[in-house]
Amino acid sequence: MTSRRVFLKNSALAMFGIGSAPAWLSRAAYAESSSGRRKKILVAIFQRGAMDGLNVVVPHGEAAYYTLRPNLAIPRPDGTINSAIDLDGYFGLHPALQPLKPIYDSGQLAIVHAVGSPDPTRSHFDAQDYMESGTPGRKNTSDGWMNRALTPASKKVSPVRAVSLGTDLARTLRGHNEAVAISNVDQFQIKDPRGADTFEHMYAGTMDQVLNGTGRETFDAVKLMKSVEKQAYKPAGGAQYPAGKLGQSLLQIARLIRGNVGLEVAFTDLGGWDHHVNEVGATSTQGQLANLLTQFGQALAAFYTDLGDRMADVNVVTMSEFGRTAKENGTRGTDHGHANVMFAFGGGIKGGKIYGDWPGLEREQLYEERDLNLTTDFRDVLGELVVRHLGNSQISHVFPGYDQPKYRGLIAT
Amino acid sequence: MRKTLVLLGLVCCAALLPARSDKPKPGPDYGLFEKKLPKDRQLLQALDRLTFGPRPGDVAAVTKMGLKQWIELQLHPDQIPENPELDRRLAPLQTLLLSQAEIADQYSRAPALAAAIGVKGAAEKKAPQVLISQLTQAKLYRAIYSNRQLQEELVDFWFNHFNVDVSKGADRMLVTTYERDAIRPHVLGKFRDLLEATANSPAMMFYLDNWQSVTPPPVRPNAKNPKQAARGVNENYARELMELHTLGVDGGYTQQDIIEVARCFTGWSIDKPNQGGPFVFNERTHDRGEKSVLGVTIPAGGGKEDGEKVLDILAAHPSTARFISKELAQRFVADDPPPALIERMAATFHDTEGDITAVLSTMFNSQEFLSQGAYRSKIKTPFEMIVSAVRATGAKVESVSPLENQLSNLGEPLYRKLEPTGYSITNDEWVNSTALLARMNFALQLGQNKVQGVQVEPAKFPPVPAAAARQLLFTNATSQTLGAINKSLEAQKKKNPKEPPSRGLIAGLVIGSPDFQRR
Repeated sequence: MTSRRVFLKNSALAMFGIGSAPAWLSRAAYAESSSGRRKKILVAIFQRGAMDGLNVVVPHGEAAYYTLRPNLAIPRPDGTINSAIDLDGYFGLHPALQPLKPIYDSGQLAIVHAVGSPDPTRSHFDAQDYMESGTPGRKNTSDGWMNRALTPASKKVSPVRAVSLGTDLARTLRGHNEAVAISNVDQFQIKDPRGADTFEHMYAGTMDQVLNGTGRETFDAVKLMKSVEKQAYKPAGGAQYPAGKLGQSLLQIARLIRGNVGLEVAFTDLGGWDHHVNEVGATSTQGQLANLLTQFGQALAAFYTDLGDRMADVNVVTMSEFGRTAKENGTRGTDHGHANVMFAFGGGIKGGKIYGDWPGLEREQLYEERDLNLTTDFRDVLGELVVRHLGNSQISHVFPGYDQPKYRGLIAT
Repeated sequence: MRKTLVLLGLVCCAALLPARSDKPKPGPDYGLFEKKLPKDRQLLQALDRLTFGPRPGDVAAVTKMGLKQWIELQLHPDQIPENPELDRRLAPLQTLLLSQAEIADQYSRAPALAAAIGVKGAAEKKAPQVLISQLTQAKLYRAIYSNRQLQEELVDFWFNHFNVDVSKGADRMLVTTYERDAIRPHVLGKFRDLLEATANSPAMMFYLDNWQSVTPPPVRPNAKNPKQAARGVNENYARELMELHTLGVDGGYTQQDIIEVARCFTGWSIDKPNQGGPFVFNERTHDRGEKSVLGVTIPAGGGKEDGEKVLDILAAHPSTARFISKELAQRFVADDPPPALIERMAATFHDTEGDITAVLSTMFNSQEFLSQGAYRSKIKTPFEMIVSAVRATGAKVESVSPLENQLSNLGEPLYRKLEPTGYSITNDEWVNSTALLARMNFALQLGQNKVQGVQVEPAKFPPVPAAAARQLLFTNATSQTLGAINKSLEAQKKKNPKEPPSRGLIAGLVIGSPDFQRR
């Protein structure tokens, strides 16, 4: 287990002393970039546990897929509810991902296959660490790519520009730029008013550098959040977020986006993808993978519906630390593998298409003769979103040591 | 690369300068681990690490006994009489005493469902939520009330090291005996015994899927139904056994070693897994072929001893000695412990064949343990924060359920860590805005006696902030913390000159302060 340094936060806001920030900036100003246009927003979703990409975007045109997975394969598309949903005659979506099909058809959802981290590790912990730091193979990177993707702090920066959903600050958002963890907008406050100011002064003044930085960020964010809390939130367009962590997190993110608080990047995750056993039940729409995908598909679709036109400013990208063995294992599941699949949707995305070179599933085409081979580095996908969507051109700063990214053309230039 | 560093440096320094130019540069400074603490701080440091936080009277008691003797006594919990207050609270939690067979007999994962589909006797069975609830209650009561504090610290440490999650299927019926029979008896014993106990537990075999791992039956070339040949090896346990339980991820094993270890553990299974059955070794499904693990040949024809040989190899491996020593040092000394300390602990581990008491003794008696580098270097985990607050206030606890909910708000729901890594033992996981707010909110509630089932007497706290802080922190508060509390009291006084300062509020502010978040 690597030990990571806790960041000493030095937000630009801190220099102006407490209490002064939101007074001289309206909420609307936070949500605008310097040119007066609305800020672009990137939402990243991490599927922890190593999703089985081969059963999520199914290569139904590949005979080897069916030979390798006699018990687990998703049937070829035939229009029935248990069969794959055809996308392009060769690949199909898992039937539980039906809610994503309309987004794909509308040309806003892009899929990248055989993508992932070039590092060979099959350790969940290390692989997640690498994908969140953005530096595969390097354990001493102390900050995360998403934190580095934020442009350097200027005066006009919101205390909630970077938000991690849940009770911990995700590894990828740790770093020098301000980032806060929020589980629920309504709970994000000191409930006893007599304590609020005192704690704020205490944490602003403490010489404990770790708690000082996080404390300052927290109270800056608390103030801004009060304005969002006042409004009861009703998802638009009849969007229905499913129960479970992902749906509720995306609802909170949508709320922050529509609250115009200056959000730039948000991160959330969903665990439970480590399907060594009973990955697929009696039919393809049963079993552990189908259950998770149902939640996943509904949550993404609800977010898309809820934001409506605001999606023009928003990109969502999904990732998982590595894929799973091409061949099913002995317990109706799959073991740790290599390449996987990523989704990206939102404004500017040239969707309705599957990106990446398909390496094939014949034995000699597999990575170490067992896993899907990698043809796209995950940094090619993330890097393109950072540069072309967020407009941060400092790619060698966001992904150090990766200065020759091969963008796949997901975003119109 | 160079450009990146310069850029980062600039951003960082620009903001750093006005506030704190006098601060030393962040980063590992092992020099501080050679500097001794003054006597009173040594005492507090030891209490903060070997216990879940001092109670009123603890400092005096340890002073009287002598620090060395007290540490020695904590290393031998059987010599410490247990607190009758704890026994009284544990007495109603009867499921803690049930055997695995009794649990299997009386509980069912889904009694209503089983009855509905006509399973015989299902309606009389109880839901396993009771088991989990009693387990959680016991953990909190023991941390708060046990006199054998180090033992409870270690049960927490080793359970987390060999993590299993009650949310995963049958594990909700298996964790009661797992903690009691596999973890607890060995926390101060031999590492090899602890390792074996976890490997022989149905809880671990279920959690890491090994119970289903079998040698694949021979494939018939023209089998009509290929699905029949589906059962086979599962690598999950083999991988985590080496990565998380013994060698560490950089401990020097390969993917091929994982496959070979997985073959050695085929047949390590559970009898009636979904009904909470016991561990069983299935000779029939064990791979009897020859294996090679970390360069050691395990000859063909073996049975359960194949897996046991793997445990021997792993427990005696130098990587294991180092990995376990580092984790212990991270938990008890500092997030980034000096490598020299880890080496000395690993040497003890090696010389004593993994005697945990001896390794701990090396650590507790090291200069690093009672050094300035270690002092207050740890941020309390949510569990440590909540329990230490309850202990410091001298609260009387009659129901711990509200504390359980608080633990979820703070990010550490007990027995429910999904990933086999367990909860983080270093600071970075626990410092973030949402959890910090939850800590402050809890502190204000507790100080003012507003946590149900937990009785605090605010009248016992001094009305003067400095004195209140001393009572709860067992040392002086920082001037910044006191300054903020005093300022707030002055403001209150202006508003309401006749109202005396609220003792409970002052206590709450101390408990929520940065000072109290450290140990």
